[in-house]
Amino acid sequence: MGKNLYQKVWDDHLVGPLENGQYQIFMGLHLIHEVTSPQAFGMLKDKDLKVAYPGRTFATVDHIIPTDDQSRPFSDPMAERMMAVLSDATEAHGIEFFQPNSGSQGIVHVVGPELGLTQPGITICCGDSHTSTHGAFGSIALGIGTSQVRDVLASQTLAMDPLKVRRIEVTGTLSTGVTAKDVTLHIIRMLGVNGGVGYAYEYAGAVIEAMTMEERMTVCNMSIEGGARCGYINPDETTFAYLEGRERVPSGDGFDAAKRRWAGYASDPDAHYDDVVVIDGDAIEPTVTWGVTPAQALGIGERIPDPAAAEGLDQELMSDALRYMQLEADAPIAGTKIDVAFIGSCTNGRLSDFQAVAAVIEGRKVSSSVRAIAVPGSEKVDQAARALGLHDIFTAAGFEWRKPGCSMCLAMNPDKLVGDEVCASSSNRNFMGRQGSSTGRTILMSPIMVAAAAMQGAVADARDVFQLEQAS
Amino acid sequence: MNDLVKRSGRGVYVQGNDIDTDRIIPARFLKCVTFDELGPALFYDERFDTQDVSKGHILDAPVHQGASIMISDTNFGCGSSREHAPQALQKFGFEVIIAESFAEIFHGNCTTLGMPCLIMEKTQRKALAALVGHHPDAEFLIDLQAQTLIFANEQFSFTMKESSREAFLTGRFDPLDELLVAKDAIQVVATRLSYSDHSG
Repeated sequence: MGKNLYQKVWDDHLVGPLENGQYQIFMGLHLIHEVTSPQAFGMLKDKDLKVAYPGRTFATVDHIIPTDDQSRPFSDPMAERMMAVLSDATEAHGIEFFQPNSGSQGIVHVVGPELGLTQPGITICCGDSHTSTHGAFGSIALGIGTSQVRDVLASQTLAMDPLKVRRIEVTGTLSTGVTAKDVTLHIIRMLGVNGGVGYAYEYAGAVIEAMTMEERMTVCNMSIEGGARCGYINPDETTFAYLEGRERVPSGDGFDAAKRRWAGYASDPDAHYDDVVVIDGDAIEPTVTWGVTPAQALGIGERIPDPAAAEGLDQELMSDALRYMQLEADAPIAGTKIDVAFIGSCTNGRLSDFQAVAAVIEGRKVSSSVRAIAVPGSEKVDQAARALGLHDIFTAAGFEWRKPGCSMCLAMNPDKLVGDEVCASSSNRNFMGRQGSSTGRTILMSPIMVAAAAMQGAVADARDVFQLEQAS
Repeated sequence: MNDLVKRSGRGVYVQGNDIDTDRIIPARFLKCVTFDELGPALFYDERFDTQDVSKGHILDAPVHQGASIMISDTNFGCGSSREHAPQALQKFGFEVIIAESFAEIFHGNCTTLGMPCLIMEKTQRKALAALVGHHPDAEFLIDLQAQTLIFANEQFSFTMKESSREAFLTGRFDPLDELLVAKDAIQVVATRLSYSDHSG
């Protein structure tokens, strides 16, 4: 029997067994940012340890950076301090730091792929749960805690338990107006927020194979929201075409050799899986959340579920979610008023996300009741969007076009909801208080659905708002 | 009195499935360069309103002050990988977390910090939670080796992720020293994996 990609990468990176029954696994690439690594550098200092492989760690700043005025010192003294600590630590340890205005700064999960640091067949880790994004390239990409950031800095390895692998086949073809975001929200809705615990997800099937790399990143990004430790897609010609010519990818003969090696990591046709789930891609609708977990989601045409139909704690959870969201059971989700529209984040802050939105909002206006912001995922995305004139289209439509950063996805920076505002958001988490106000409300959706909500001032079907025709 | 395999203390039940790490510690408290000050921020937005007035959360109930064992429901610690969440729990005074299931990154973070995550099935957990409500002053006696928990004269059983349990039984829950021992073996793997040029 053949091996799946997860097993191949694991075997390649295995250093050896550990005494507690775990395994020591080598990390090919380590990405760090200012929120979860300063403390790790402090731990290294306490133990008088050095960074073992500084050439395999790369730093950027994303969570705390303001998206309006990025001049130093930042207006928030603690943000400035975190930035300063990261800057000093990377310099002291010889780690490359993609600083603001370097042309390469951005959200860590946007930066790695666009520079070509993210490659097939490697292990990648970062002190951020959305590291799963990088699995789109056929890497095993893991979010880790700060003590583990310390472990990787000191040893370039992690203590790990092996995972089971679930293959999720999304069959068929997506309808017009249905995006990668809808696919991932639909999968989480079907399998639950803890359905993936103990698993790596392998996404496959015609829908996934037809996706661009940026769409694949959106899908893998939210693996963690389904409880999976990581998610990946087997590398193919789409992967290789994306990587060719990137700054940190070899060229010429080196690229050909790398491509052959990368292709070898793809799961064998007779690979073993611990579980297989088939999802009908034809049936996926534009999907939005109604509650406070990403699994509390529904198709845009559906009605909000009634807790009375659930049992026990599930019933309480649903009732709590409805109370928090100030929504009524059995009401349509379409028409729910919004106050803020946010397009950005490591889930949907890449060039193609802004291209897709620009294509439908040109000549239209954001509702006067809505505050709308568009936040490119990186300086490269910003530059490319400006070069294509997307920035002008967004601005003319009434969006604020901001500087790169995590922005309102988690509100560790000045971009926050106020009071119980409702945000139509292209980000990844609708947890209570996630967007910076303890009573703020988040409705997750795709970028074009956010755009539709922004135009209408309420949750709406982008296919109707923008008159998207089904291709015949 | 905690030796390697024993834990004791008083408990508190924080109800809820899918309690995410944003709830355990809201993002604004992540602005720090050490974990030292995180204790008071635990579950802040659940415990206090926007004016910082107590909402009467169970963690602030006088009878549960000093509790060191938290019981919750399923998928505890989901969402963000922030180690700030287990750090806040530990700094607040918790030494053991009991739930039906845990999110994996959170579970790993807790283990490394020396805070065992005990997995208890629903019926027993519900009974235990109810009992803790009735006897907030009673002491838990937990034995990680035997995987037994005695509370208010009743015995409960739990499981642990095997590698985590093994780590606690041997006292090696922080893996760093063992990872560093393999220096030469790491170099062999590093050399063999001819990654493409990252140097730019």
